[in-house]
Amino acid sequence: MEAAGQLARADYIVTLLEKESVTGGHVKDWYHLFPDRRDSREVINYLEQQVEHKNVSLRTGITVENLRKNSGSFLIKTSDGGEIKSDAVIVATGFDMFRSERKEEYGYGIYDNVITSADLEAMFRKNEVRRHNGDIPATIGFIHCVGSRDEKVGNVYCSKLCCVTAVKQAMEVKKHIPGARVFCFYMDMRMGGAMYEELYKESQENYGINYIRGKLSEVAENINNKLVVKVEDTLAGRPLRMELDMLVLMAGMEMSRSGLNLAKSSGLQTGENRFFAPADHHFGSNKSKMEGVFYAGACTAPMNITETISHARAAVADVIDYFRNMKS
Amino acid sequence: MNILLKYSLQIKKITTLNNSLMQQDGKKRIWSDYQKEIADDHFFYVRSCIRQSFFPGSEQFFLHFMRDILGKDVYENPSHTTCTGIGYHGDVVPLATIMTVVARHFALMKESGYKNIAISCVTSFGIYTEIIETWKHFPEELEKTREYLFKATGREFDVPETMAHTSDIIYKFRNEIAEKAKYRLINKETGEPLNVVEHIGCHYSKMFPKYGVGGAEFPNVLGGMIDSWGGKVVDYPERRHCCGFGFRQYLVQANRGYSLSNTVKKFDSMKPFKPDFVLTNCPGCNMFMDKWQYTMKEMEGTVYGENGESIPILTYEELAGLVLGVNPWDLGLQYHMVQSEPLFKKIGIEYDTDDKYKTKDGRQMPIPQNMINA
Repeated sequence: MEAAGQLARADYIVTLLEKESVTGGHVKDWYHLFPDRRDSREVINYLEQQVEHKNVSLRTGITVENLRKNSGSFLIKTSDGGEIKSDAVIVATGFDMFRSERKEEYGYGIYDNVITSADLEAMFRKNEVRRHNGDIPATIGFIHCVGSRDEKVGNVYCSKLCCVTAVKQAMEVKKHIPGARVFCFYMDMRMGGAMYEELYKESQENYGINYIRGKLSEVAENINNKLVVKVEDTLAGRPLRMELDMLVLMAGMEMSRSGLNLAKSSGLQTGENRFFAPADHHFGSNKSKMEGVFYAGACTAPMNITETISHARAAVADVIDYFRNMKS
Repeated sequence: MNILLKYSLQIKKITTLNNSLMQQDGKKRIWSDYQKEIADDHFFYVRSCIRQSFFPGSEQFFLHFMRDILGKDVYENPSHTTCTGIGYHGDVVPLATIMTVVARHFALMKESGYKNIAISCVTSFGIYTEIIETWKHFPEELEKTREYLFKATGREFDVPETMAHTSDIIYKFRNEIAEKAKYRLINKETGEPLNVVEHIGCHYSKMFPKYGVGGAEFPNVLGGMIDSWGGKVVDYPERRHCCGFGFRQYLVQANRGYSLSNTVKKFDSMKPFKPDFVLTNCPGCNMFMDKWQYTMKEMEGTVYGENGESIPILTYEELAGLVLGVNPWDLGLQYHMVQSEPLFKKIGIEYDTDDKYKTKDGRQMPIPQNMINA
């Protein structure tokens, strides 16, 4: 949406194809955003304003079947049977949340009170952080790196945002339920963004969030419908067993299914992490190896909103350069 | 009155079902990912080293069921030996040796004209899966094993086309058993399904989930039988925990306290769920969960069942036999440490106490003392 708006303002005619019925992607389902806890609606409103331009034609509920290069332009075949002719293409297919059911031992989809970070955002939005039976949870655990840095599920990469999301959500839980005891189980705290480390410190000093370095091994449910988790506390060097009312799985990011389909149908290269492989990691992170096809955002790697918007703007610069200097 | 009673039971069942709907749906989704190929007929059957001593009716019943009831072809080769798994896990048999022993079993199978192996022991099943996977990932090991076996015996072998634990086969035919069943796993007094703890054993699918029916985390090989035969599977926190055997935990005498403490942990965890019995997959698990209950009772006076009783531990063949109405003493249930009479009473299984320790030709055998639940 950011790239479409920027290109429109640079006098290019843009067709924006959205597979969902509304724009906004995952962000529209979030509550408050890190690091400043801005309401996600502000971001959505901003992006919607970006594409409200006479040069942008937004078509929702459309997926791309494939794209074919033909004499310097592209033919894009869409799911409604139509074809769009274009001089350049920006792929912005984003990411999918890791399906937490795949970590079978964590019991998502089996135990009612095992939820994902996305489910918790929906609870925040409804102002109802509750157990399945309607009770207010008193002890809540967050599991970092669900589907990230995990060879067993085939994702060796770090999803980068889950650590800070857990910190933000843990604080948010304490705001909703001041008396709750909150535990974050992490492998490493990767707080590499602006204001992340400060947020991490604040969560400990002002909210009393407990951080335990260790990986969850399994989840079960006892006779009182409490979740029983087994974790290794690697700093204490001891196994740990704990009862929780609710467990939040920090689901990582994966290449989107629609992105994978497009890569397969159109001959676009993907990397070992299955995201689109840019032409060059240093100088061409927005370029594909197919001249005229560009990438924007989390279709190339896990990114936060700030990075995604910056990446989209960089894609626009590459597209303009392509039209002015390279396209024959 | 009868109508009201039936109606109220029906409501209770529906409520129970609704409470576990998410669990059931979630588990079914996982099970669909772990459906293995189980042959329908023509099995090369390999026995366990210890099952014939501790649960003598189990393998016997399996063969009777397959051959006489289902009419299947199940072949045993008298030259089959131990897989040496106990020695391997006890660190006295090297990998190259056990691979050659297993290769010899496969050679016997090839010579006998069979391609589907049916394995009675979970330890052996784990050994076979581990070795086949090793050969897949390290083909040079397969070539070395071929060479070792040929040099030692002049034999050649093929890797089986299908490999099933015998519980997989009973699972495959569970609905046929349900159709022929004389008894259901239902408490005849309350009309409620019996609470059943299922324990698949560490070596069934924990190493290679794809070889187990339902995978490793929420396995369905025993659960599917329990479900088909009317019972309810109990999901308790230490469901995945070791039975206590763990090979070196027990085989090294100094570690036996550790073996027992693991069993205590497991039984402490299942106790609040009031299991009516435990269904096991593995010879070691059955033996330890059965016999350690005697030890726990002697050492601390602890029993884990209701009414001051211990919890009967059954093999899947024994359970299949009971459901089909086979005399419990022909199934060898009197050879367990924890006796199963309380369970027979709950289900309504007919039995004759006088026949319990009699030989087939009616001679009285010595009656063991201090059996639990007797």
